Amino acid sequence: MTKIVTKAPSGRRAPLGPAAGGAFPGIRALPGAGRFGDRVFRTLTAGSGAFVLVTMVAIGGYLAVAAWPALHANSGNLFTTQVWRPQADPPVFGMAAIAFGTVVSSLIAVAIGVPVAVGVALGVSQYLPRRWASVIGGLIDLLAAVPSLVFGMWGLYYLIPHTRGFQQWLSTYLGWIPIFRNRTATVAGQYGQSLLMAGIVLAIMIIPIVASICREVFARTPGATIDAALALGATRWEVIRSAVLPFGRSGIASAAMLGLGRALGETIAVALVLSSGFVINWHLTELGGDTVASTIVLKFGEAGSSPVAIAALMLAGLCLFAVTLVVNATARLIVARKAVTS
Amino acid sequence: MPPRIDVHNLDAYYGDFRAVEGVTISVEPGEVTALIGPSGCGKSTFLRTINRMHEVTPGGRVQGSVRLDGQDLYGRDIDPTAVRRTIGMVFQRPNPFPTMSIYDNVIAGDKIAGIKRRKAVFDDIVESSLRAANLWPEVAHRLHKTGASLSGGQQQRLCIARAIAVQPAVLLMDEPCSALDPISTLAVESLITQLKSDYTIVIVTHNMQQAARVSDRTAFFTVADQGMPGRLVEHGPTAEIFTAATHQATRDYVGGRFG
Repeated sequence: MTKIVTKAPSGRRAPLGPAAGGAFPGIRALPGAGRFGDRVFRTLTAGSGAFVLVTMVAIGGYLAVAAWPALHANSGNLFTTQVWRPQADPPVFGMAAIAFGTVVSSLIAVAIGVPVAVGVALGVSQYLPRRWASVIGGLIDLLAAVPSLVFGMWGLYYLIPHTRGFQQWLSTYLGWIPIFRNRTATVAGQYGQSLLMAGIVLAIMIIPIVASICREVFARTPGATIDAALALGATRWEVIRSAVLPFGRSGIASAAMLGLGRALGETIAVALVLSSGFVINWHLTELGGDTVASTIVLKFGEAGSSPVAIAALMLAGLCLFAVTLVVNATARLIVARKAVTS
Repeated sequence: MPPRIDVHNLDAYYGDFRAVEGVTISVEPGEVTALIGPSGCGKSTFLRTINRMHEVTPGGRVQGSVRLDGQDLYGRDIDPTAVRRTIGMVFQRPNPFPTMSIYDNVIAGDKIAGIKRRKAVFDDIVESSLRAANLWPEVAHRLHKTGASLSGGQQQRLCIARAIAVQPAVLLMDEPCSALDPISTLAVESLITQLKSDYTIVIVTHNMQQAARVSDRTAFFTVADQGMPGRLVEHGPTAEIFTAATHQATRDYVGGRFG
């Protein structure tokens, strides 16, 4: 008996049977049918994949080229200089202060936002009755659609004026922890546009997306695992701790990383909330602070005619691009590894 | 001496739908009672009312009484989680906690409840429970591997070990062998026979040969039509149900004429 399936030179499979049109004509593959669809599909998927890669490389490459003149002209140290004067002669600027502001405000956002979001997601997926859960879940998704400009304006004109007392309280009673201490303000009115408040506004902004992902993940906890915990006498909280959270761990990690990515790149809300300062300041309730993204948007207007200033902003953009890329890649690595070991 | 269970006039509902109606039955201590009947006859639902697992499904509620050595499990001051610790359950598909090791799975009942014991005590519980579940020789050298690394039959015996590690008085088994191959089924069945002197056992099974092999008493449930509540037709010593049942429906079912 000869092989009944062989590879024809064209790359197509030969029809079944001893020979085409031979003993089993009924099971001959219809010429081209199915194969054509497969080929179109493969081309499409490969094409979309390549498109994403090419776009990434193109953006990174463009930023690098556009940033080059700034790197060349800078008389400061890119990593340690805490000023941003690319139009001075000689130009002097560095990422130190704005990178600090970006990282710190984003970490505050994650530290506050993720626990709240996980709590909201647990409430919606595990505690609330089904009808309420879908209402609240829908509201959270709606919140994710609010433009960041709106968050920024709300933060600046409502949240900050109404939380001056809170910041003062932090500084007064928790001031022994340096990050909460404000060394200059004496009355509540002198508190306001601090890095802490930027972090809190960012936290509110990332809560919807993080909660939404966590809710999806928690809702997919296998019923069999929940039953196992219940049958051992677990209370609702014990079910969450023993079945829902272990199952959702990698999902929470990736949701947190996505939230971090959003916080790192958030521009307009932070630009509105923060008052510029360009120094590394660990006293988070004091005024001032900048992030990479807010600097780019705030300095674009005045960069207008100066090639070096524009290039410097390109350089900032390149840094932000690289950092968010690394954060997202790390998130995916963590998630992938956890998925394998668990 | 394990306890007896007396169920009186029990109805089980899903929302407005009455899934089980008017069940009155006594489960004798130290025996294996098998619940048999066609699909949809309410035998699994009934089983889940005994340890108050029925009410965790949305809309699930119960009328009537279930008494464990005289104590009403649906009484006002009864904590359902305490009921479930006293009445263990094994499910159709093996469901070890996927993120826990074999060791942690066995002591999951205590771990979940936040009960702290010395390591030596936990070690003892793990070994004795796994021995009681006939699994010890197969896993003793890999207690800290994940439970998911075991075969289906081993996983089911791990779930039995987990259920008996909290020292329940009753074991409920919901078609515990339906996802297992014949060899694993044999292992679980012989385990059931060994366990019956220490626990009152109620087992739901689709498989009449299995009911005949493992049970001392058999209860036959049936349902008149879809959308009707399931009912208990009759129960009695297994040999009697299989050879000299009172009701025609029972004789037809065990004779393989329907179901």
